[in-house]
Amino acid sequence: MSAATLSALAAGRAIAGYALRESLRRRILGVVGALTALFLVLFALGAHFAFEDSGRVGSELSTDGSGFADYRGATLLGLAMFATLFLGAVLATFLTLGVVRGDAEVGLLQSLLVRPVSRRTILVARLAAATMIGSAYVAGVFAISIGITALFGGYTPDNPIAVTLLLVLAVIAITAISLLASVFLSGTAQGITVLMIYGSGLTAGLLGQIGDALRAETLVNISRVTSWGLPFEALYQQALYMMSADRSAISKAVLGLGPFGGAVHSGPALYPFVVAYLIAMIAFAAFAFERRDI
Amino acid sequence: MSAPAVEVRGLTKSYGAITALSGVDLRIEPGQLVGLLGPNGAGKSTLTKLICGLVRPSAGSATVLGHPAGSMASRARIGYLAELFRFPQWLTPDEVLRLHQRLACSGGGAVERGALLERVGLVDLGPRRVGEISKGMAQRLGLAQAMIGSPQLLLLDEPTSALDPIGRRLVRDILVGLRERGASVLLNSHLLSEVEQVCDSVTIIDAGRVVASGSVDGLRGGRVVEIETEAGIERFEATDREAIPARIRELVDAGRSVYGVRESGSSLEDAYLEAVKGAGE
Ligand SMILES: Nc1ncnc2c1ncn2[C@@H]1O[C@H](COP(=O)(O)OP(=O)(O)OP(=O)(O)O)[C@@H](O)[C@H]1O
Ligand SMILES: [Mg+2]
Repeated sequence: MSAATLSALAAGRAIAGYALRESLRRRILGVVGALTALFLVLFALGAHFAFEDSGRVGSELSTDGSGFADYRGATLLGLAMFATLFLGAVLATFLTLGVVRGDAEVGLLQSLLVRPVSRRTILVARLAAATMIGSAYVAGVFAISIGITALFGGYTPDNPIAVTLLLVLAVIAITAISLLASVFLSGTAQGITVLMIYGSGLTAGLLGQIGDALRAETLVNISRVTSWGLPFEALYQQALYMMSADRSAISKAVLGLGPFGGAVHSGPALYPFVVAYLIAMIAFAAFAFERRDI
Repeated sequence: MSAPAVEVRGLTKSYGAITALSGVDLRIEPGQLVGLLGPNGAGKSTLTKLICGLVRPSAGSATVLGHPAGSMASRARIGYLAELFRFPQWLTPDEVLRLHQRLACSGGGAVERGALLERVGLVDLGPRRVGEISKGMAQRLGLAQAMIGSPQLLLLDEPTSALDPIGRRLVRDILVGLRERGASVLLNSHLLSEVEQVCDSVTIIDAGRVVASGSVDGLRGGRVVEIETEAGIERFEATDREAIPARIRELVDAGRSVYGVRESGSSLEDAYLEAVKGAGE
């Protein structure tokens, strides 16, 4: 490795370490941790009562209990997935709030930028730090959710690891979008914009479901294009699909038309696309950052 | 021959319709301490930011020790204290310096950090974090940060604006120390007396243009002295040092009693007002 690469790595590590400490000390994690604990308690309560009550209904309705157990489990875990992605999106936004313009406006960035560190290195390091925390968070919350549905309803999803990785990737995509937004917008505007983009992704997913139900092809196409344009949505849909890829038609039907976004199988092409998307986002952010007067 | 610490040629910077700098030339030799003066909005901070690469020029060029301004090589050689800056509230001063040591690739370790904090008079801070220190303390910390890794060029944008009189004195001593070790300094300040006391040369800009530039003595011309006699206070402009005792002798020979002799204000101030007023007309 060249000396320049090595010193970029060292500087990147310093910036990433700084970002990690920032998130630990700024009490972001405390707030997110408290909200997450609240969600998990609610989810556990919900799972407990859902399985207890619908157990009765299920045994009356269905001679074959296993399909129905899948139905309940998949619905609940679909909900957990939605909540995990939502909380992950909020965390990703927090972790990248004001990284460029916000910090520049209050004078935090100037002294760092004058050091021999490229602006691209700073962005990549901030992405790495936010990814580390965001991924650990998403994986942890989703693992606990899987544990809860397994404990109360005996349901385990297909491909739990693939599903978790897809959710992690979705949160990384949101992180990259937020970093790009931070180059142009100051803190509050950036946060609102990213959460609105997140909402647009979800809306696109719901549109696709409606289009599916109405067999309105244009609607479905609009939804597909938007989901790839905001690939956290395509990843989320793929995760929903993977969750019950090997299951009975009934749970597939539930997740295909459920209240929390539809399962869509985008196929393996999604993965290289997402990698290219992330690289493009950071490259564009770095390009704009380099040209920005601070 | 070594490259100049700073060489700026025809530097122009526009922010949309606002022209902050137009065609500025500036040269700082190694080991030279240059004061940058000018009214509010003249473009001093913009010029400083252009030299350290925070801002991109619209036209013209700037080099730092032979490297293009803003390049990695140039940034590895400078220390910068911004006019408005903040360090993360949740870090301790020592941690701020440690972060900058890592970014500046300084191997000075705790010894360097301790020495710098002591140099700027920030000792006995206890466990305080940046969020808990005063404005002047933060400015001292900023100055320590700028000196990390013993840079060859320091760009200081109003480093004493928040400092108490002892702090200002301390900064003057620091500047003299920097010159002694051969570093160059661009000192951006509104305190003419400060500039007059430490700088070798001065550049005055107004509305984005250089309106005067030269050595401190050259710019201020004669010294204005007030001589108090029973006839009142006489203002007297001395073109050279020897003119002062000569004038006093004249007065005494004429039978006057001299009650006091003092330097009247800063004559750099007159030169400054002249330069800035001349440009405004
Ligand atoms: N980011 C910016 N966008 C637009 N205009 C700017 C920007 N920064 C500075 N300016 C303009 O450039 C000019 C020079 O500003 P600068 O901050 O360099 O002045 P200064 O000499 O440092 O003044 P002061 O003594 O008040 O610090 C001003 O007219 C200012 O309005
Ligand atoms: Mg200024």
